[in-house]
Amino acid sequence: MALTLLFLGKLEDVAGTAELSLDVAEKMALPAIAERLDPDLAVAIASPDIRIAQNGSLVAASDVLAGDGDELAFLPPVSGG
Amino acid sequence: MRDVRLALTSFDPQDEMRVFSDRCGDAGGIVSFTGLVREEAGSEVEALELRHFEPLTLPGMTDLAARAEAHWPLTGTLVIHRVGVMEPGEPIVLVACAARHRRDAFEAADFLMDHLKSRAWFWKREKTANGWRWIEPREADHSDLERWSAVL
Repeated sequence: MALTLLFLGKLEDVAGTAELSLDVAEKMALPAIAERLDPDLAVAIASPDIRIAQNGSLVAASDVLAGDGDELAFLPPVSGG
Repeated sequence: MRDVRLALTSFDPQDEMRVFSDRCGDAGGIVSFTGLVREEAGSEVEALELRHFEPLTLPGMTDLAARAEAHWPLTGTLVIHRVGVMEPGEPIVLVACAARHRRDAFEAADFLMDHLKSRAWFWKREKTANGWRWIEPREADHSDLERWSAVL
C-alpha cells in the first residue's frame, strides 16, 4: 500500500532523497500528501513553478489524486541541456 | 529520417555524424552543433551531471524534432543528448539537420538547440571542491525561445 514520490533537481536536496515511499490507505489529493511530508519539503513542492507528473503524465496540482501503486514526480524548472 | 536518443554514456560526435551523413544521402547540406562541457582556465567545475525524467524527457525531444520537421523541409534530423556524469571537454549534445537548402538546415538546428537548452526535461548540477550544486534556469534561455514564436 505505497505511493511513490520522486523529487527531481533541487527538490532532491530539499527532500534529502530522490525517492520516498508513503504508506497510504486511500487515494489522496496533494494537500493531504503534503501534510505527510517534512514542512520544508511540503512548502517546496507547493511552489507554483513546480510541475507534477502522475504516473509519467503531467497533471495540474489540483487534479492530483494518488494512492497505492501510483507515482508522483515533482519537477522543478528545468536547467537546460 | 529521424534519430532522437538519450546517451547514457559518452558518445563520439564524429562517428555519429559519419553515420548520419550516410543515411541522409539526398541532402544538399547538413548543419550540426556539438555542445561540450565547458573547459575554462581557472574553473573549479570538476564534473557536470545531467538528470532526466524518463517518461517525459525522450518523448519531449521526439516531439521537438517533429515540430522542426513540420516547419522546415528536412531530409534528416539527429538529436543525441547525454545524461549522467560528464567531465569538462566531453560532448553533451549533438544536433544535426539535413536539408535540400542550407537556410532550412541552419534554422532548424538553431531552433532545436534553443528548445533543448530551455524546454527539455533536464536538470543540471555542477561539482566543485564544495560539492554538488544545482544550476538554476537562465533568463537568456527564455529570451532565446522568443525568436521562434512563429514556429508552431
